[in-house]
Amino acid sequence: MEAVVFVFSLLDCCALIFLSVYFIITLSDLECDYINARSCCSKLNKWVIPEMIGHSIVSVLMLVSLHWFIFLLNLPVATWNIYRFIMVPSGNMGVFDPTEIHNRGQLKSHMKEAMIKLGFHLLCFFMYLYSMILALIND
Amino acid sequence: MSAPSGSPHATAGARTPPRPGVAVAPAALASSGPAPARQNGPAQSQMQVPSGHGLHHQNYVAPSGPYSLEPGKLASSLPDGQCNDYYSGLYTLPAQKVATPGAASHTGAQQVYCGGPPAPPLLGTLPGPVPGATVAASHMHTSASQPYPSFVNYYSSPTIYTASSSAASQGFPATCHYGVSAVSNAVHPSVSYSSLPPGDPYTQVFTSQSALATGPGRKGSFPGQNAAPSRPSALAAPLPPQHLQQQSLAGYSALSWSVPGLPPTQDKLIRNHSGPLASASSSPANPGVDSSSTTSSASPVPNSYDVLEGGGYPDMHSSSASSPAPDPVPEPQPVPTPTAPQSAKVAKPFGHSYPALQPGYQNAAAPPTSGVQPGAVPYAAFQQYPQQYPGVNQLSSSLGGLSLQSSPQPESLRPVNLTQEKDVLPPTPIWAPVPNLNLDLKKLNCSPDSFRCTLTNIPQTQALLNKAKLPLGLLLHPFRDLTQLPVITSNIIVRCRSCRTYINPFVSFIDQRRWKCNLCYRVNDVPEEFMYNPLTRSYGEPHKRPEVQNSTVEFIASSDYMLRPPQAAVYLFVLDVSHNAVEAGYLTVLCQSLLENLDKLPGDSRTRIGFMTFDSTIHFYNLQEGLSQPQMLIVSDIDDVFLPTPDGLLVNLYESKELIKVLLNALPSMFTNTRETHSALGPALQAAFKLMSPTGGRVSVFQTQLPSLGAGLLQSREDPNQRSSTKVVQHLGPATDFYKKLALDCSGQQTAMDLFLLSSQYSDLASLACMSKYSAGCIYYYPSFHCTHNPSQAEKLQKDLKRYLTRKIGFEAVMRIRCTKGLSMHTFHGNFFVRSTDLLSLANINPDAGFAVQLSIEESLTDTSLVCFQTALLYTSSKGERRIRVHTLCLPVVSSLAEVYAGVDVQAAICLLANMAVDRSVSSSLSDARDALVNAVVDSLSAYGSAVSNFQHSGLIAPASLKLFPLYVLALLKQKAFRTGTSTRLDDRVYAMCQIKSQPLVHLMKMIHPNLYRIDRLTDEGAIHVSDRVVPQPPLQKLSAERLTREGAFLMDCGSVFYIWIGKSCDNNFIEDVLGYPNFASIPQKMTYLPDLDTLSSERTRSFVAWLRDSRPLSPVLHVVKDESPAKAEFFQHLVEDRTEAAFSYYEFLVHVQRHICK
Repeated sequence: MEAVVFVFSLLDCCALIFLSVYFIITLSDLECDYINARSCCSKLNKWVIPEMIGHSIVSVLMLVSLHWFIFLLNLPVATWNIYRFIMVPSGNMGVFDPTEIHNRGQLKSHMKEAMIKLGFHLLCFFMYLYSMILALIND
Repeated sequence: MSAPSGSPHATAGARTPPRPGVAVAPAALASSGPAPARQNGPAQSQMQVPSGHGLHHQNYVAPSGPYSLEPGKLASSLPDGQCNDYYSGLYTLPAQKVATPGAASHTGAQQVYCGGPPAPPLLGTLPGPVPGATVAASHMHTSASQPYPSFVNYYSSPTIYTASSSAASQGFPATCHYGVSAVSNAVHPSVSYSSLPPGDPYTQVFTSQSALATGPGRKGSFPGQNAAPSRPSALAAPLPPQHLQQQSLAGYSALSWSVPGLPPTQDKLIRNHSGPLASASSSPANPGVDSSSTTSSASPVPNSYDVLEGGGYPDMHSSSASSPAPDPVPEPQPVPTPTAPQSAKVAKPFGHSYPALQPGYQNAAAPPTSGVQPGAVPYAAFQQYPQQYPGVNQLSSSLGGLSLQSSPQPESLRPVNLTQEKDVLPPTPIWAPVPNLNLDLKKLNCSPDSFRCTLTNIPQTQALLNKAKLPLGLLLHPFRDLTQLPVITSNIIVRCRSCRTYINPFVSFIDQRRWKCNLCYRVNDVPEEFMYNPLTRSYGEPHKRPEVQNSTVEFIASSDYMLRPPQAAVYLFVLDVSHNAVEAGYLTVLCQSLLENLDKLPGDSRTRIGFMTFDSTIHFYNLQEGLSQPQMLIVSDIDDVFLPTPDGLLVNLYESKELIKVLLNALPSMFTNTRETHSALGPALQAAFKLMSPTGGRVSVFQTQLPSLGAGLLQSREDPNQRSSTKVVQHLGPATDFYKKLALDCSGQQTAMDLFLLSSQYSDLASLACMSKYSAGCIYYYPSFHCTHNPSQAEKLQKDLKRYLTRKIGFEAVMRIRCTKGLSMHTFHGNFFVRSTDLLSLANINPDAGFAVQLSIEESLTDTSLVCFQTALLYTSSKGERRIRVHTLCLPVVSSLAEVYAGVDVQAAICLLANMAVDRSVSSSLSDARDALVNAVVDSLSAYGSAVSNFQHSGLIAPASLKLFPLYVLALLKQKAFRTGTSTRLDDRVYAMCQIKSQPLVHLMKMIHPNLYRIDRLTDEGAIHVSDRVVPQPPLQKLSAERLTREGAFLMDCGSVFYIWIGKSCDNNFIEDVLGYPNFASIPQKMTYLPDLDTLSSERTRSFVAWLRDSRPLSPVLHVVKDESPAKAEFFQHLVEDRTEAAFSYYEFLVHVQRHICK
């Protein structure tokens, strides 16, 4: 059973890693002026909810399967994702707003955030991998 | 020198455009601007440049092939798809070329270069006034004289560009001929200024040659404005010798000349012109002695001028919007000091750049440098110039300069104890500080009306900037109405190959074949074609080309800069006709204005126009030519809007003019009996977008209430009980993203939406404004509009509409701002969409739009002494020409904190802070924004106190450059946008914020801190002459009730509104002479005009008010406010230095700041 949990988490984590990489690539495209702000933001906004859900599922799964440490590790990031989504002002077009992304260094902070998440997900990935192997051996 | 010989034919273009050069197409150079640059005489070129923009010295390069888009990226990006979104596939035909020379006219004044008198500038015989000095004269004059011919064209353009003004504004001075000519003209007009105070500050300021310039004599002479008579004598006599020498020197001469004479003149001109003045009368003046003396032997020239012009002087009245006050008031002192040192510094890079040049040049270059050197300065400089300044005046002036230089601190650093200084506000208007550059650069630099930086001395590192605690940013007014603008038609537009910067006066020429970009330092080749200067018909002097002689130029762009054929002007009016709208009666005003201005709408024969009205349904009007009367088509499906007919909704203005007139006459009465109270604004806008998306253009939306149906409907969010809350002000941001999305769609299709909100109750401007904010439109708001109950609003609407409908407009524009490597832009303010890091997408651009940009210093600037900023605005004119307007600003880099403080431009800083505060209030909260404003004062003053000032006073010490900072911040805190505790309607507050974001600096400053004048005792003392009127110049009063006396009458200029406050015991003579009523009691409560009475005081008052009005695009509404009338609250809320129930007085604010500093 535990193995199944970790296999699922591993897959989910892979998806999140890809998503982070996609965010980074798209944002850096914007930085280099390969795409315009509007298309960049509409691309990214599409993935904000899937990312939030994907991450919340893993967190909840860890809570349910009583892996406290991993749950606590995931909690801040999951909270941040939800907070960010809820706090979007009503007039904005999503977490990434094309009219503001070039202002006040928002682009840089989005980029930084995506980098941090990538690092975090990589860490999680190896943790899940280790736990999964451990679980398989124990089985 | 070769140049000189080469006559400056103005005509170059026309005549022989032989070499590759820029073809200045015949008409090409628009108003003169460019022309000047090409002057032949080297001399002038260097010095002359007027402060404003000038030309620049030497550098020139030839461009290489055509570069593509200015916004460069556009073109390139296309492939990438970047553009795709925006320009959907329309681009096909690049071919359509825009610009033929002829077309140029559109700028207003295009000049054609007519075949000017070819005469070589050199020694012309100058019949002129200065016989004795012929030679000399000739030199000087040469430049001058020649110019005339060439210039002739300049003026051709009528209205807007006044000769004088033009000269001034653009500062073409550089090259002699053109510049000169321009100048001369200008000068003449300026002559009228004789009344200027002798020691006119301006001259000093601008002329970099501080030493020389300063002298009193000089002022008189150069400026020409002052005592005309004096000049001739002074100049004439001395000059001859000099000239001779100079001639021998060739290159030299030019410099020298230019130095003394030109700069000042130009400066003046500039100043003056920039002002409303625009003097019309100039042409006649020309012959006048002065001018000739100054610039030279103009006299001969003039004739040619007239002849050439053909058109004669067009109307001179240009009132350039820029600065109201003609006279320059700058502080004299600062100038000299800074200059000297600086020039030394600066000179190196630039001065030396021309090794390859002919000897003549080098010589020329040398003097300035040496002159500048700090040590030797005084005398050395003097010696160098002796020839030039033979006159005693000059001597004294140079000496004066010396003494100033020796003083330890520039005026702008003088510590001021704010708590003890009663009157911080100077009695004269405040001018932008002049960057501390050497003379050449100063004259070449961009006019502060178009381009300002909050710090005129850029700190070397971000650490230094952080220490100073001052905001760093630019304030732009890129499309402002200019009286003179060099327009360049050339096959090639020379740009840096790596950063795509346009060649500008601040590049350096490594040799004749290569130039070094001043932004990225790449070395570029000079294209062959650029080596030829069509104006002078000389070859091998790329640095004389107008692009390198003027910091504000306009290029006629080739098809490389087009993604599709230039669009025609398209105007669509979307009108609310619900019950509420009909009741307010705006349709009558609008239709009347439209009928009156239909022929003046900017555009060419392709201009199209359309109308839509809406209430709960959407009504289209088929105006197809051939119909007997307009056909109304109603679409009631507002959930899925469609266009009822594919064509006929947007029709050619000229072909369907009759139908349009019929419709406009019928519209006001068509809906009089409507009972429909709903408003389907959202669907109407969607329909407008569909209608406009194939072409792009301008949509004018008139709305009178909260949209209540269909997409984009809004709820009332204002709680009237919270209006005067001191706590939280909510709902400053939009309630929905509908309008933002729509605006972005529009922006992508090159459509701008302008919003006119005429409502009597809350209409959620915060949400509605988004449609204009992101589509580069503009916003007008008329609270409690009613055409009969509120006549002043109706009058305002009418005036605004007149300006709105007839002002210049640019379509499918993009603006790119570039800055020297090491600096970066991080936040933009204004109405536009930021498409990529430095590219602003502007579906429309209008002359009343201002922008602000925040900068940060990413890399240390230690290895450079100058930084440059360039904005390039690529747009399609209403005549279907693709044009690029380029402004370049150059500023020095400094390494000490004291110098940073010395260079603060407090007005620019306050405007930038206001923009930042608006952002903060929307993204965070109003109280955060207010705290941030107060902290800006506290931080900067405490940083100054601890780092720079050695004084241990108990008072609040600020450098002179920042002495107005606390006052302005206090004014900002009491502004509608940021005030708390005073009842402020949410829409009013949001509108004030919108204005802060989109107004150019000149208008914004009046809004923040109005000007108050006492007008019951106007005298001619210090008056200026504008065209044939005498305009009194009363001193500014501080905004405090203590200055209002019951015996007086005061005029407050708030930018968009004037108040005349009449004291209770005001002299009955004044009331009778000016207002036309026998006594105070008989003045009506609502009086909005000054009667045309034939008395001296009435004439003075009216000419003063008219002069203030002319200085701005929107003509303000005048309110006469009686003391003790209920309307006086409106007036008193602008007295920012006084205490109110909810806010500090100025003194209390200072104490508050001081307490914070001590903490």
